[in-house]
Amino acid sequence: MRAMVYRGPYKVAVEEKDIPSVEHPNDAIVRVTLGAICGSDLHLYHGLIPDTRVGTTFGHEFIGVVEEVGPSVQNLKVGDRVMVPFNVYCGSCYFCARGLYSNCHNVNPNATAIGGIYGYSHSCGGYDGGQSEFVRVPFADVGPSLIPDWMSDEDAVLLTDALPTGYFGAQLGDISEGDTVIVLGAGPVGLFAAASPWLMGAGRVIVVDHLDYRLAKAREFAHAETYNFAEHRDIILELKKATDYLGADVVIDAVGAEADGSFLQHVAGAKLKLQGGSPIALNWALAAVRKGGTVSVLGAYGPAPTGIKFGDAMNKGLTIRANQCPVKRQWPRLFEHLRNGYLRPSELVTHRIPLEHIAEGYHLFSGKLDGIIKPLVVPGAS
Amino acid sequence: MPYTADTRRQPPSRDELRNRIPGWGADLDPADRPSVPREKHEPTGAHWDFPERQPENTPRERSLEHKFLTPVFGTTAPLHGFSGAIRRFAYRRYSEGQTPHWLLLLAGDRVDAWESHLRSLATGRPDNPVTQTGILAEPGHRPLSSRFGRNRADLKHAWMDPVMVGGPWAAAAVLAWVGARKLLTSPSRR
Repeated sequence: MRAMVYRGPYKVAVEEKDIPSVEHPNDAIVRVTLGAICGSDLHLYHGLIPDTRVGTTFGHEFIGVVEEVGPSVQNLKVGDRVMVPFNVYCGSCYFCARGLYSNCHNVNPNATAIGGIYGYSHSCGGYDGGQSEFVRVPFADVGPSLIPDWMSDEDAVLLTDALPTGYFGAQLGDISEGDTVIVLGAGPVGLFAAASPWLMGAGRVIVVDHLDYRLAKAREFAHAETYNFAEHRDIILELKKATDYLGADVVIDAVGAEADGSFLQHVAGAKLKLQGGSPIALNWALAAVRKGGTVSVLGAYGPAPTGIKFGDAMNKGLTIRANQCPVKRQWPRLFEHLRNGYLRPSELVTHRIPLEHIAEGYHLFSGKLDGIIKPLVVPGAS
Repeated sequence: MPYTADTRRQPPSRDELRNRIPGWGADLDPADRPSVPREKHEPTGAHWDFPERQPENTPRERSLEHKFLTPVFGTTAPLHGFSGAIRRFAYRRYSEGQTPHWLLLLAGDRVDAWESHLRSLATGRPDNPVTQTGILAEPGHRPLSSRFGRNRADLKHAWMDPVMVGGPWAAAAVLAWVGARKLLTSPSRR
Protein backbone atom coordinates (compact mmCIF):
# COMPACT_ATOMS: atom_id res chain seq x y z
CA MET A 1 0.00 0.00 0.00
CA ARG A 2 1.04 3.63 -0.32
CA ALA A 3 1.72 5.47 2.92
CA MET A 4 3.28 8.66 4.15
CA VAL A 5 6.56 7.89 5.90
CA TYR A 6 8.53 10.17 8.22
CA ARG A 7 12.16 10.50 7.09
CA GLY A 8 13.46 12.91 9.76
CA PRO A 9 12.71 16.53 10.75
CA TYR A 10 11.09 18.49 7.89
CA LYS A 11 11.15 15.44 5.58
CA VAL A 12 8.41 13.01 4.62
CA ALA A 13 7.95 10.68 1.67
CA VAL A 14 5.28 8.39 0.24
CA GLU A 15 6.48 4.80 0.09
CA GLU A 16 5.26 1.24 -0.29
CA LYS A 17 4.44 -0.39 3.04
CA ASP A 18 2.85 -3.71 3.95
CA ILE A 19 -0.91 -3.55 4.38
CA PRO A 20 -1.49 -3.79 8.15
CA SER A 21 -2.85 -7.05 9.52
CA VAL A 22 -5.09 -7.99 12.43
CA GLU A 23 -2.75 -8.24 15.43
CA HIS A 24 -5.39 -8.52 18.17
CA PRO A 25 -8.81 -10.20 18.08
CA ASN A 26 -10.60 -6.85 18.40
CA ASP A 27 -8.66 -5.13 15.61
CA ALA A 28 -10.18 -3.87 12.37
CA ILE A 29 -8.35 -2.91 9.21
CA VAL A 30 -9.79 0.25 7.69
CA ARG A 31 -9.28 1.42 4.11
CA VAL A 32 -8.80 5.16 4.44
CA THR A 33 -11.04 7.27 2.23
CA LEU A 34 -10.13 10.68 3.65
CA GLY A 35 -7.50 11.90 6.08
CA ALA A 36 -6.11 15.21 7.25
CA ILE A 37 -2.96 16.89 8.45
CA CYS A 38 -3.42 18.31 11.95
CA GLY A 39 -1.53 21.27 13.34
CA SER A 40 -0.10 18.95 15.95
CA ASP A 41 1.34 16.77 13.17
CA LEU A 42 3.67 19.70 12.57
CA HIS A 43 5.21 19.12 16.02
CA LEU A 44 6.15 15.63 14.82
CA TYR A 45 7.24 16.93 11.42
CA HIS A 46 9.54 19.45 13.08
CA GLY A 47 11.04 16.81 15.39
CA LEU A 48 9.66 18.11 18.68
CA ILE A 49 7.91 15.04 20.07
CA PRO A 50 10.21 12.47 21.71
CA ASP A 51 10.56 9.01 20.18
CA THR A 52 9.28 9.91 16.74
CA ARG A 53 10.84 7.17 14.65
CA VAL A 54 11.86 7.27 11.03
CA GLY A 55 9.54 4.96 9.10
CA THR A 56 6.42 5.90 11.09
CA THR A 57 3.24 6.92 9.26
CA PHE A 58 1.52 9.98 10.75
CA GLY A 59 -2.16 10.84 10.69
CA HIS A 60 -4.65 10.74 13.55
CA GLU A 61 -7.58 12.26 11.65
CA PHE A 62 -9.15 9.85 9.16
CA ILE A 63 -12.30 8.10 8.06
CA GLY A 64 -12.70 5.01 5.91
CA VAL A 65 -14.34 1.72 5.12
CA VAL A 66 -13.89 -1.44 7.17
CA GLU A 67 -11.85 -3.91 5.13
CA GLU A 68 -11.32 -6.70 7.67
CA VAL A 69 -12.29 -7.42 11.28
CA GLY A 70 -10.73 -9.58 13.97
CA PRO A 71 -12.60 -12.59 15.42
CA SER A 72 -13.94 -10.81 18.53
CA VAL A 73 -15.34 -7.74 16.74
CA GLN A 74 -19.13 -7.53 17.23
CA ASN A 75 -20.10 -3.96 16.38
CA LEU A 76 -18.54 -3.47 12.93
CA LYS A 77 -18.61 -5.45 9.73
CA VAL A 78 -16.74 -5.36 6.45
CA GLY A 79 -17.98 -2.52 4.27
CA ASP A 80 -19.07 -0.23 7.11
CA ARG A 81 -18.24 3.44 6.57
CA VAL A 82 -16.62 4.60 9.80
CA MET A 83 -15.15 7.64 11.51
CA VAL A 84 -12.31 6.86 13.89
CA PRO A 85 -11.53 9.06 16.91
CA PHE A 86 -7.86 9.92 17.23
CA ASN A 87 -7.74 8.17 20.60
CA VAL A 88 -6.76 4.50 20.71
CA TYR A 89 -8.48 3.20 23.86
CA CYS A 90 -9.66 -0.06 25.41
CA GLY A 91 -12.95 1.07 26.95
CA SER A 92 -12.44 -0.96 30.15
CA CYS A 93 -9.45 0.30 32.16
CA TYR A 94 -9.61 2.52 35.26
CA PHE A 95 -9.51 5.67 33.13
CA CYS A 96 -11.82 4.56 30.31
CA ALA A 97 -14.36 3.56 32.99
CA ARG A 98 -14.39 7.23 34.01
CA GLY A 99 -14.75 8.62 30.51
CA LEU A 100 -11.10 9.60 30.23
CA TYR A 101 -10.61 7.82 26.91
CA SER A 102 -7.59 9.89 25.98
CA ASN A 103 -5.87 8.63 29.12
CA CYS A 104 -6.36 4.89 28.53
CA HIS A 105 -3.87 2.75 30.46
CA ASN A 106 -4.01 -0.34 28.25
CA VAL A 107 -2.77 0.88 24.87
CA ASN A 108 0.48 2.76 25.31
CA PRO A 109 3.41 0.78 26.70
CA ASN A 110 5.82 3.63 26.07
CA ALA A 111 4.29 6.14 28.48
CA THR A 112 1.72 6.29 31.25
CA ALA A 113 1.29 10.05 30.98
CA ILE A 114 -0.77 9.74 27.82
CA GLY A 115 -2.95 7.14 26.12
CA GLY A 116 -2.67 5.94 22.54
CA ILE A 117 -2.89 8.15 19.45
CA TYR A 118 -2.73 7.00 15.83
CA GLY A 119 0.45 8.05 14.06
CA TYR A 120 1.72 10.22 16.87
CA SER A 121 5.13 8.80 17.82
CA HIS A 122 6.04 5.96 20.14
CA SER A 123 5.42 8.29 23.07
CA CYS A 124 1.77 7.72 22.13
CA GLY A 125 2.02 3.97 21.64
CA GLY A 126 3.82 3.44 18.33
CA TYR A 127 0.74 3.07 16.13
CA ASP A 128 0.83 3.90 12.44
CA GLY A 129 -1.63 6.58 11.37
CA GLY A 130 -4.11 7.23 8.62
CA GLN A 131 -2.08 9.23 6.09
CA SER A 132 -2.01 6.00 4.11
CA GLU A 133 -4.31 3.69 2.21
CA PHE A 134 -4.96 1.31 5.13
CA VAL A 135 -4.67 1.53 8.89
CA ARG A 136 -4.92 -0.88 11.80
CA VAL A 137 -7.68 0.19 14.22
CA PRO A 138 -7.39 -1.50 17.62
CA PHE A 139 -10.50 -2.00 19.78
CA ALA A 140 -12.84 -1.77 16.84
CA ASP A 141 -15.84 -2.30 19.11
CA VAL A 142 -14.93 0.78 21.16
CA GLY A 143 -13.51 3.62 19.08
CA PRO A 144 -14.98 3.79 15.58
CA SER A 145 -18.59 4.74 14.82
CA LEU A 146 -20.66 4.49 11.69
CA ILE A 147 -20.83 7.79 9.83
CA PRO A 148 -24.44 8.95 9.75
CA ASP A 149 -25.94 9.06 6.25
CA TRP A 150 -26.58 12.79 6.49
CA MET A 151 -22.97 13.66 7.32
CA SER A 152 -20.45 14.58 4.63
CA ASP A 153 -17.01 12.99 4.54
CA GLU A 154 -15.35 16.34 5.15
CA ASP A 155 -17.44 17.04 8.25
CA ALA A 156 -16.83 13.48 9.46
CA VAL A 157 -13.06 13.70 9.20
CA LEU A 158 -13.06 16.99 11.11
CA LEU A 159 -15.07 15.27 13.84
CA THR A 160 -12.24 12.80 14.48
CA ASP A 161 -10.14 15.46 16.23
CA ALA A 162 -10.16 19.15 15.33
CA LEU A 163 -13.77 20.06 16.13
CA PRO A 164 -14.19 17.90 19.26
CA THR A 165 -10.84 19.12 20.57
CA GLY A 166 -11.77 22.78 20.16
CA TYR A 167 -15.18 22.21 21.71
CA PHE A 168 -13.61 20.24 24.56
CA GLY A 169 -11.25 23.15 25.22
CA ALA A 170 -14.21 25.43 25.75
CA GLN A 171 -15.71 22.89 28.14
CA LEU A 172 -12.46 22.76 30.11
CA GLY A 173 -12.85 26.52 30.51
CA ASP A 174 -16.05 25.93 32.50
CA ILE A 175 -17.64 28.92 30.78
CA SER A 176 -20.49 30.80 32.47
CA GLU A 177 -22.97 33.15 30.83
CA GLY A 178 -21.40 36.46 29.83
CA ASP A 179 -17.81 35.29 30.20
CA THR A 180 -15.01 36.82 28.17
CA VAL A 181 -12.94 34.11 26.49
CA ILE A 182 -9.57 34.60 24.82
CA VAL A 183 -8.37 31.94 22.38
CA LEU A 184 -4.68 31.89 21.55
CA GLY A 185 -4.15 30.53 18.05
CA ALA A 186 -6.39 30.67 14.98
CA GLY A 187 -5.55 27.31 13.46
CA PRO A 188 -8.37 24.82 12.93
CA VAL A 189 -8.53 23.80 16.60
CA GLY A 190 -8.32 27.41 17.73
CA LEU A 191 -11.13 28.41 15.36
CA PHE A 192 -13.34 25.61 16.67
CA ALA A 193 -12.37 26.56 20.22
CA ALA A 194 -13.44 30.12 19.41
CA ALA A 195 -16.79 29.10 17.92
CA SER A 196 -17.70 26.85 20.86
CA PRO A 197 -17.83 29.29 23.83
CA TRP A 198 -20.85 31.01 22.26
CA LEU A 199 -22.79 27.76 22.59
CA MET A 200 -21.96 27.83 26.30
CA GLY A 201 -23.16 31.40 26.73
CA ALA A 202 -19.99 33.45 26.39
CA GLY A 203 -20.40 37.22 26.14
CA ARG A 204 -17.19 37.94 24.24
CA VAL A 205 -14.68 35.84 22.30
CA ILE A 206 -11.28 37.25 21.38
CA VAL A 207 -8.82 35.42 19.11
CA VAL A 208 -5.08 36.16 18.98
CA ASP A 209 -2.75 35.09 16.16
CA HIS A 210 -0.27 36.66 13.75
CA LEU A 211 -1.69 35.41 10.45
CA ASP A 212 -4.14 37.96 9.10
CA TYR A 213 -6.02 35.52 6.85
CA ARG A 214 -6.72 33.26 9.82
CA LEU A 215 -7.84 36.18 11.94
CA ALA A 216 -10.23 37.13 9.14
CA LYS A 217 -11.60 33.60 9.31
CA ALA A 218 -11.96 33.94 13.09
CA ARG A 219 -14.13 37.02 12.61
CA GLU A 220 -16.27 35.35 9.98
CA PHE A 221 -16.45 31.75 11.20
CA ALA A 222 -16.29 32.26 14.98
CA HIS A 223 -17.82 35.77 15.29
CA ALA A 224 -14.75 36.77 17.29
CA GLU A 225 -12.90 40.00 17.95
CA THR A 226 -9.31 39.58 16.80
CA TYR A 227 -5.83 40.80 17.66
CA ASN A 228 -2.72 40.35 15.52
CA PHE A 229 0.03 40.11 18.12
CA ALA A 230 2.66 41.06 15.57
CA GLU A 231 1.06 44.51 15.34
CA HIS A 232 1.45 45.22 19.04
CA ARG A 233 4.61 45.67 21.05
CA ASP A 234 2.97 44.14 24.12
CA ILE A 235 -0.04 41.99 23.30
CA ILE A 236 -0.77 41.18 26.93
CA LEU A 237 -1.13 44.86 27.73
CA GLU A 238 -3.53 45.24 24.78
CA LEU A 239 -5.59 42.31 26.03
CA LYS A 240 -5.67 43.75 29.53
CA LYS A 241 -6.90 47.08 28.15
CA ALA A 242 -9.52 45.24 26.11
CA THR A 243 -10.79 43.46 29.21
CA ASP A 244 -11.14 46.48 31.49
CA TYR A 245 -7.69 45.84 33.00
CA LEU A 246 -8.96 42.63 34.57
CA GLY A 247 -8.04 39.94 32.07
CA ALA A 248 -10.32 37.34 30.53
CA ASP A 249 -12.40 34.91 32.54
CA VAL A 250 -11.09 32.05 30.44
CA VAL A 251 -8.06 31.70 28.19
CA ILE A 252 -7.70 28.74 25.84
CA ASP A 253 -4.21 27.85 24.60
CA ALA A 254 -4.73 26.32 21.17
CA VAL A 255 -1.12 26.74 20.06
CA GLY A 256 1.28 24.55 22.02
CA ALA A 257 4.93 23.82 21.43
CA GLU A 258 5.61 26.01 18.40
CA ALA A 259 4.23 29.30 19.59
CA ASP A 260 5.64 32.49 18.13
CA GLY A 261 5.83 35.91 19.70
CA SER A 262 9.29 35.79 21.28
CA PHE A 263 12.21 35.21 18.92
CA LEU A 264 14.52 33.80 21.57
CA GLN A 265 12.00 31.45 23.13
CA HIS A 266 10.75 30.23 19.76
CA VAL A 267 14.24 29.58 18.43
CA ALA A 268 15.43 27.91 21.66
CA GLY A 269 12.35 25.76 22.00
CA ALA A 270 10.98 25.04 18.57
CA LYS A 271 14.00 25.42 16.30
CA LEU A 272 17.02 24.35 18.34
CA LYS A 273 14.87 22.04 20.51
CA LEU A 274 16.79 22.98 23.64
CA GLN A 275 13.59 22.47 25.62
CA GLY A 276 10.26 20.75 25.03
CA GLY A 277 8.90 23.48 22.82
CA SER A 278 8.22 27.17 23.12
CA PRO A 279 6.34 28.19 26.30
CA ILE A 280 5.10 31.51 24.86
CA ALA A 281 1.42 30.63 24.46
CA LEU A 282 1.22 29.09 27.91
CA ASN A 283 2.82 32.15 29.48
CA TRP A 284 0.50 34.46 27.56
CA ALA A 285 -2.46 32.43 28.78
CA LEU A 286 -1.30 32.72 32.40
CA ALA A 287 -0.80 36.46 31.91
CA ALA A 288 -4.00 37.28 30.01
CA VAL A 289 -6.44 35.46 32.28
CA ARG A 290 -7.99 37.33 35.19
CA LYS A 291 -7.24 36.46 38.78
CA GLY A 292 -9.35 33.47 39.76
CA GLY A 293 -9.89 32.62 36.10
CA THR A 294 -9.37 29.42 34.16
CA VAL A 295 -6.69 28.45 31.67
CA SER A 296 -7.61 25.64 29.30
CA VAL A 297 -4.69 24.00 27.53
CA LEU A 298 -5.26 22.19 24.24
CA GLY A 299 -1.85 22.86 22.72
CA ALA A 300 0.56 19.92 22.66
CA TYR A 301 3.92 20.34 24.37
CA GLY A 302 7.07 18.28 24.66
CA PRO A 303 7.91 16.87 28.06
CA ALA A 304 9.92 19.68 29.59
CA PRO A 305 9.35 23.28 28.55
CA THR A 306 11.15 25.68 30.83
CA GLY A 307 10.65 29.31 31.67
CA ILE A 308 6.97 28.94 32.54
CA LYS A 309 5.68 31.63 34.87
CA PHE A 310 4.07 29.24 37.28
CA GLY A 311 4.41 31.60 40.21
CA ASP A 312 1.85 33.84 38.54
CA ALA A 313 -0.51 30.89 38.21
CA MET A 314 -0.33 30.32 41.95
CA ASN A 315 -0.54 33.97 42.94
CA LYS A 316 -3.49 34.62 40.63
CA GLY A 317 -5.42 31.67 42.01
CA LEU A 318 -5.85 30.13 38.59
CA THR A 319 -7.52 26.93 37.62
CA ILE A 320 -5.53 25.18 34.92
CA ARG A 321 -7.28 22.42 33.03
CA ALA A 322 -5.82 20.38 30.23
CA ASN A 323 -6.13 17.09 28.40
CA GLN A 324 -6.22 15.42 25.07
CA CYS A 325 -9.86 15.31 24.04
CA PRO A 326 -11.88 12.13 24.65
CA VAL A 327 -13.40 12.45 21.20
CA LYS A 328 -16.23 9.98 21.25
CA ARG A 329 -17.82 11.55 24.33
CA GLN A 330 -18.32 14.73 22.30
CA TRP A 331 -19.93 13.16 19.28
CA PRO A 332 -23.63 12.90 20.21
CA ARG A 333 -23.86 16.57 21.18
CA LEU A 334 -21.71 17.74 18.28
CA PHE A 335 -23.83 15.76 15.84
CA GLU A 336 -26.83 17.76 17.13
CA HIS A 337 -24.97 21.02 16.64
CA LEU A 338 -24.10 20.06 13.07
CA ARG A 339 -27.68 19.10 12.28
CA ASN A 340 -28.92 22.38 13.73
CA GLY A 341 -26.39 24.32 11.65
CA TYR A 342 -24.69 25.79 14.72
CA LEU A 343 -21.29 24.41 13.67
CA ARG A 344 -20.14 23.91 10.08
CA PRO A 345 -16.71 22.29 10.31
CA SER A 346 -15.98 21.77 6.62
CA GLU A 347 -15.97 25.56 6.13
CA LEU A 348 -12.39 25.45 7.41
CA VAL A 349 -11.16 23.09 4.69
CA THR A 350 -8.92 25.01 2.30
CA HIS A 351 -6.77 22.36 0.60
CA ARG A 352 -7.35 18.79 -0.59
CA ILE A 353 -4.00 17.12 -1.14
CA PRO A 354 -3.45 13.78 -2.88
CA LEU A 355 -1.56 11.36 -0.62
CA GLU A 356 1.19 11.12 -3.25
CA HIS A 357 1.84 14.87 -2.79
CA ILE A 358 1.77 14.90 1.01
CA ALA A 359 5.33 16.25 1.29
CA GLU A 360 4.11 19.39 -0.48
CA GLY A 361 1.11 19.47 1.84
CA TYR A 362 3.33 19.46 4.92
CA HIS A 363 5.48 22.20 3.42
CA LEU A 364 2.47 24.42 2.69
CA PHE A 365 0.96 23.83 6.12
CA SER A 366 4.24 24.34 7.95
CA GLY A 367 5.02 27.51 5.98
CA LYS A 368 1.42 28.80 6.23
CA LEU A 369 1.36 29.44 2.47
CA ASP A 370 -1.55 29.97 0.11
CA GLY A 371 -4.07 30.84 2.82
CA ILE A 372 -3.97 27.33 4.20
CA ILE A 373 -6.14 26.57 7.21
CA LYS A 374 -7.12 22.90 7.06
CA PRO A 375 -5.54 20.50 4.57
CA LEU A 376 -7.21 17.16 3.88
CA VAL A 377 -5.36 14.15 2.50
CA VAL A 378 -6.97 12.09 -0.24
CA PRO A 379 -5.61 8.58 -0.79
CA GLY A 380 -5.72 7.37 -4.37
CA ALA A 381 -6.23 10.85 -5.84
CA SER A 382 -3.93 12.07 -8.56
CA MET B 1 -14.85 52.62 36.42
CA PRO B 2 -12.00 50.23 37.09
CA TYR B 3 -11.26 48.72 40.46
CA THR B 4 -14.81 48.53 41.71
CA ALA B 5 -17.01 45.49 42.09
CA ASP B 6 -18.85 46.10 38.83
CA THR B 7 -15.86 47.07 36.74
CA ARG B 8 -16.51 44.79 33.82
CA ARG B 9 -18.56 46.07 30.93
CA GLN B 10 -21.85 44.25 30.59
CA PRO B 11 -22.03 41.68 27.80
CA PRO B 12 -24.68 42.10 25.12
CA SER B 13 -28.15 40.88 25.97
CA ARG B 14 -29.24 37.29 25.37
CA ASP B 15 -31.51 38.37 22.52
CA GLU B 16 -28.74 40.32 20.81
CA LEU B 17 -26.34 37.39 21.09
CA ARG B 18 -28.94 34.90 19.87
CA ASN B 19 -29.69 37.07 16.86
CA ARG B 20 -26.04 37.45 15.98
CA ILE B 21 -24.69 33.97 16.69
CA PRO B 22 -26.47 30.77 15.62
CA GLY B 23 -26.80 28.42 18.57
CA TRP B 24 -25.80 30.94 21.23
CA GLY B 25 -26.51 29.44 24.65
CA ALA B 26 -27.47 25.97 23.38
CA ASP B 27 -25.08 24.49 25.93
CA LEU B 28 -25.61 27.13 28.58
CA ASP B 29 -26.64 24.45 31.04
CA PRO B 30 -23.48 22.51 31.94
CA ALA B 31 -25.62 19.36 32.01
CA ASP B 32 -25.79 19.63 28.19
CA ARG B 33 -22.02 19.60 27.87
CA PRO B 34 -20.74 16.11 27.07
CA SER B 35 -17.60 16.22 29.21
CA VAL B 36 -19.27 17.69 32.29
CA PRO B 37 -18.56 16.17 34.73
CA ARG B 38 -15.24 15.21 33.26
CA GLU B 39 -15.18 11.82 35.00
CA LYS B 40 -18.32 9.89 34.20
CA HIS B 41 -18.97 6.28 33.31
CA GLU B 42 -20.64 5.69 29.98
CA PRO B 43 -21.01 2.43 28.01
CA THR B 44 -18.01 2.07 25.70
CA GLY B 45 -18.72 -1.09 23.72
CA ALA B 46 -16.02 -3.04 25.56
CA HIS B 47 -17.07 -6.62 26.25
CA TRP B 48 -14.13 -7.57 28.44
CA ASP B 49 -12.85 -6.67 31.90
CA PHE B 50 -9.28 -6.87 30.72
CA PRO B 51 -8.52 -7.12 27.01
CA GLU B 52 -6.99 -10.19 25.44
CA ARG B 53 -3.27 -9.80 25.03
CA GLN B 54 -1.77 -9.01 21.66
CA PRO B 55 1.13 -11.41 20.91
CA GLU B 56 4.57 -9.91 21.55
CA ASN B 57 6.34 -11.24 18.48
CA THR B 58 9.43 -9.08 18.99
CA PRO B 59 10.62 -7.72 22.35
CA ARG B 60 8.69 -4.51 23.00
CA GLU B 61 10.12 -1.68 25.09
CA ARG B 62 7.92 -0.20 27.80
CA SER B 63 7.89 2.55 30.37
CA LEU B 64 9.14 1.56 33.82
CA GLU B 65 5.97 3.16 35.15
CA HIS B 66 3.90 0.37 33.61
CA LYS B 67 3.49 -2.77 35.70
CA PHE B 68 3.61 -4.89 32.54
CA LEU B 69 3.46 -4.59 28.78
CA THR B 70 0.07 -3.17 27.89
CA PRO B 71 -2.27 -5.72 26.29
CA VAL B 72 -2.34 -3.76 23.02
CA PHE B 73 0.48 -1.76 21.48
CA GLY B 74 1.75 -0.38 18.20
CA THR B 75 4.23 -2.41 16.19
CA THR B 76 5.54 0.11 13.69
CA ALA B 77 9.28 0.91 13.50
CA PRO B 78 10.72 -1.45 16.13
CA LEU B 79 14.00 -0.48 17.81
CA HIS B 80 17.10 -1.00 15.73
CA GLY B 81 20.65 0.29 15.31
CA PHE B 82 22.43 2.78 17.54
CA SER B 83 19.30 4.90 17.92
CA GLY B 84 17.51 1.76 19.13
CA ALA B 85 20.22 1.19 21.74
CA ILE B 86 19.83 4.77 23.00
CA ARG B 87 16.06 4.46 23.18
CA ARG B 88 16.22 1.03 24.83
CA PHE B 89 18.54 2.45 27.48
CA ALA B 90 16.17 5.38 28.07
CA TYR B 91 13.26 2.99 28.65
CA ARG B 92 15.19 0.50 30.80
CA ARG B 93 17.07 2.97 32.97
CA TYR B 94 14.79 5.95 33.55
CA SER B 95 11.14 6.36 34.44
CA GLU B 96 9.01 9.04 32.76
CA GLY B 97 9.57 11.29 35.75
CA GLN B 98 13.29 11.52 35.03
CA THR B 99 14.42 14.22 32.60
CA PRO B 100 17.20 12.03 31.12
CA HIS B 101 14.49 9.66 29.90
CA TRP B 102 13.09 12.32 27.57
CA LEU B 103 16.42 13.85 26.62
CA LEU B 104 17.75 10.43 25.61
CA LEU B 105 14.64 9.79 23.53
CA LEU B 106 15.14 13.12 21.74
CA ALA B 107 18.82 12.23 21.19
CA GLY B 108 17.68 8.88 19.79
CA ASP B 109 15.45 10.74 17.34
CA ARG B 110 18.36 12.79 15.98
CA VAL B 111 20.58 9.71 15.67
CA ASP B 112 17.74 7.79 14.00
CA ALA B 113 17.40 10.47 11.33
CA TRP B 114 21.11 10.39 10.50
CA GLU B 115 21.24 6.60 10.59
CA SER B 116 18.35 6.34 8.17
CA HIS B 117 19.82 8.96 5.84
CA LEU B 118 23.13 7.11 5.73
CA ARG B 119 21.35 3.80 5.24
CA SER B 120 19.35 5.26 2.38
CA LEU B 121 22.59 6.13 0.57
CA ALA B 122 23.34 2.43 0.35
CA THR B 123 20.02 1.74 -1.35
CA GLY B 124 18.79 2.35 -4.86
CA ARG B 125 16.56 5.14 -3.55
CA PRO B 126 18.59 7.51 -1.38
CA ASP B 127 16.83 10.26 0.55
CA ASN B 128 16.00 13.22 -1.64
CA PRO B 129 15.91 16.41 0.41
CA VAL B 130 14.24 18.30 -2.45
CA THR B 131 11.20 16.07 -2.86
CA GLN B 132 10.95 15.07 0.80
CA THR B 133 10.88 18.61 2.14
CA GLY B 134 8.00 19.45 -0.18
CA ILE B 135 9.75 22.58 -1.34
CA LEU B 136 8.52 21.88 -4.88
CA ALA B 137 5.14 23.14 -3.67
CA GLU B 138 6.42 26.72 -3.55
CA PRO B 139 5.64 27.62 -7.20
CA GLY B 140 1.92 28.06 -7.64
CA HIS B 141 1.12 28.59 -3.97
CA ARG B 142 1.82 32.31 -3.61
CA PRO B 143 5.21 31.96 -1.88
CA LEU B 144 5.91 35.70 -1.86
CA SER B 145 2.50 37.21 -1.22
CA SER B 146 1.81 34.62 1.50
CA ARG B 147 4.93 35.64 3.36
CA PHE B 148 5.74 39.28 2.75
CA GLY B 149 3.84 42.45 3.55
CA ARG B 150 1.66 40.63 6.04
CA ASN B 151 3.48 41.33 9.28
CA ARG B 152 4.01 37.65 10.01
CA ALA B 153 5.93 37.04 13.23
CA ASP B 154 7.53 33.85 11.93
CA LEU B 155 9.42 35.64 9.16
CA LYS B 156 12.01 36.61 11.76
CA HIS B 157 13.18 33.03 12.06
CA ALA B 158 11.81 31.30 8.94
CA TRP B 159 15.18 31.78 7.25
CA MET B 160 16.60 29.28 9.72
CA ASP B 161 14.54 26.39 8.35
CA PRO B 162 16.47 25.83 5.11
CA VAL B 163 19.72 26.29 7.01
CA MET B 164 18.71 23.66 9.56
CA VAL B 165 17.45 21.22 6.94
CA GLY B 166 19.98 21.76 4.18
CA GLY B 167 22.94 22.86 6.31
CA PRO B 168 24.07 19.40 7.42
CA TRP B 169 23.85 18.13 3.82
CA ALA B 170 25.90 21.06 2.56
CA ALA B 171 28.42 20.63 5.38
CA ALA B 172 28.72 16.91 4.64
CA ALA B 173 29.29 17.65 0.95
CA VAL B 174 31.98 20.24 1.75
CA LEU B 175 33.70 17.90 4.19
CA ALA B 176 33.65 15.08 1.64
CA TRP B 177 35.08 17.36 -1.03
CA VAL B 178 37.81 18.70 1.27
CA GLY B 179 38.64 15.18 2.43
CA ALA B 180 38.84 13.83 -1.08
CA ARG B 181 40.98 16.75 -2.19
CA LYS B 182 43.37 16.23 0.69
CA LEU B 183 43.60 12.55 -0.07
CA LEU B 184 44.33 13.16 -3.73
CA THR B 185 46.95 15.86 -3.05
CA SER B 186 48.64 14.18 -0.08
CA PRO B 187 52.51 13.88 -0.40
CA SER B 188 52.34 10.09 -0.43
CA ARG B 189 50.33 10.22 -3.69
CA ARG B 190 52.73 12.56 -5.47
